[in-house]
Amino acid sequence: MKLYSKKVLEHFKNPHNFGRMKKPDGVGKVGNILCGDIMHIYIKVGKDKKGREIIKDIKFETFGCVAALATSSVITDLAKGKILKKALKIDKKKVIKSLGGLPVIKIHCSVLATGALSEAIYDYLSKAKKKISKDLQLEHERIEKGLKIIKKRYKRYKELEKKI
Amino acid sequence: MAKKRIYLDYAATTPVDPEVVKAMLPFFSKKFGNTMSLHSFGQEAKVILEESREKVADLIKARSTEIIFTSSATESNNLALKGVVLANKDKGKHIIISPIEHPCIMESAKWLEKQGFKISKLKVDKYGLVSLEELKELIKKDTILVSVMHANNEIGTIEPIGEIGAICKKAKVLFHTDAAQSFGKIPINVNKMNIDLLTASSHKMYGPKGAACLFVREGVKIQPLLHGGGHESSLRSSTVNVAGIVGFAKACQISKSKMKKESKRLSRLRDELISGILKKVKNSYLNGHPKKRLPNNINLSFSFIEGESLVMKLDLLGIAVSTGSACSSAKLKTSHVLSAISVKPYLINGSLRLSLGRWTKKSDIDYVLKVLPEAVKELREISPFK
Repeated sequence: MKLYSKKVLEHFKNPHNFGRMKKPDGVGKVGNILCGDIMHIYIKVGKDKKGREIIKDIKFETFGCVAALATSSVITDLAKGKILKKALKIDKKKVIKSLGGLPVIKIHCSVLATGALSEAIYDYLSKAKKKISKDLQLEHERIEKGLKIIKKRYKRYKELEKKI
Repeated sequence: MAKKRIYLDYAATTPVDPEVVKAMLPFFSKKFGNTMSLHSFGQEAKVILEESREKVADLIKARSTEIIFTSSATESNNLALKGVVLANKDKGKHIIISPIEHPCIMESAKWLEKQGFKISKLKVDKYGLVSLEELKELIKKDTILVSVMHANNEIGTIEPIGEIGAICKKAKVLFHTDAAQSFGKIPINVNKMNIDLLTASSHKMYGPKGAACLFVREGVKIQPLLHGGGHESSLRSSTVNVAGIVGFAKACQISKSKMKKESKRLSRLRDELISGILKKVKNSYLNGHPKKRLPNNINLSFSFIEGESLVMKLDLLGIAVSTGSACSSAKLKTSHVLSAISVKPYLINGSLRLSLGRWTKKSDIDYVLKVLPEAVKELREISPFK
């Protein structure tokens, strides 16, 4: 099995922090059923000794391939305990590196994971009516736009199906 | 790597039967001659080539002169489509195929379309069966070729090729069938079924890779794709792969002697595995026809989970299977076969193909029935859908 690294398979075999969270402070949902990957990330926000907001707890639920499951698992590890600002800095490079690499064709899975995390933080901040940075706002809009396009396509896909 | 290794991907490729290996061995270093050489080494090779041709022809009740050896089913299918169409273009420009053909037919048809030929695709029902009525309607004056596979590689559905053959004969249209998955597994009679061209491959029936053939009925006009020294009646130039073809022929002989018993045995194991999984795993569905299917094919969909992760999970448990999921394909596209039979996208992504074969035992089926429901359950626990 050379398609996936050892680390990827470890996370796949024993995923960390999976399952639904009761009363999360923020939820991020990304992906779509057409492409085959859907990722949900749930967070609970707390404070560290200095009073900064941190990710106190994090859980994920994912429908997807080995790479999608492994990236979900590893991003929960990377984000847990981090202050929100730092959690938002986890990028796909960091995710891929932590997994010992991903096949080129699966790189988009790592983008999905960082997207799910930033969406969860966005959800928390907007619910708590806190300030949302420009970057986070842009990232949120990028994800929403992507989903809209897919939904449009799916409608057309449905129409196509009917025609066939 | 798990200690236990159960291979349930015979539709992808099969192990070579030890008897086949034995038959091939003399043709690597001892009887290595080129079939085109005049000396005794060449003659030796030529004799065994023609003997092999007879054995392959025998399995489909063809004449040996009607068999062209090639390197793969992909090559045979390319030759069938392009070769026939180019040789018969003065008669018309229209070709009919099914929407669930192997990519080598789909892509060849697409290429021909770019060259100015007209391609029609038949509809299939929810089991993948083509409609004979629609075929009759689609055949026009300028139709030159109909190509419908015998049995589908993903869902195992067996098409009514005898009926298709009869329709084509009546309409004076050539009929090609890709029998890569059915050849050696279920009976084929090219005369009774009115087949003009038929593709078969060695590595799907316990022969070596790199050997295949195209049956071309006597009198059918066809042009070669490979030009050169004039091998295979000038229809396929290339030094002949004698060892591979000897192996292919031996595999045909073995399949012929075992076909009846083996197809019964596999059908029983297949049905046991299908009903077992459907019973043990909630929200699981069978893809393809419940009865008109290859004795060794199983294709299921599981809600809420993705196929690639299920394949990998099973691989870790020592079971080798495959999926039609987008995530698993090089092009990240879902199976066109499952789409054509209107399986919902999320169920295509949750599809699993298990294909049995000569060395599949009852204990293998029992093992799958024991561990597969658990593997599905574990993935469902991680999934947001429940």
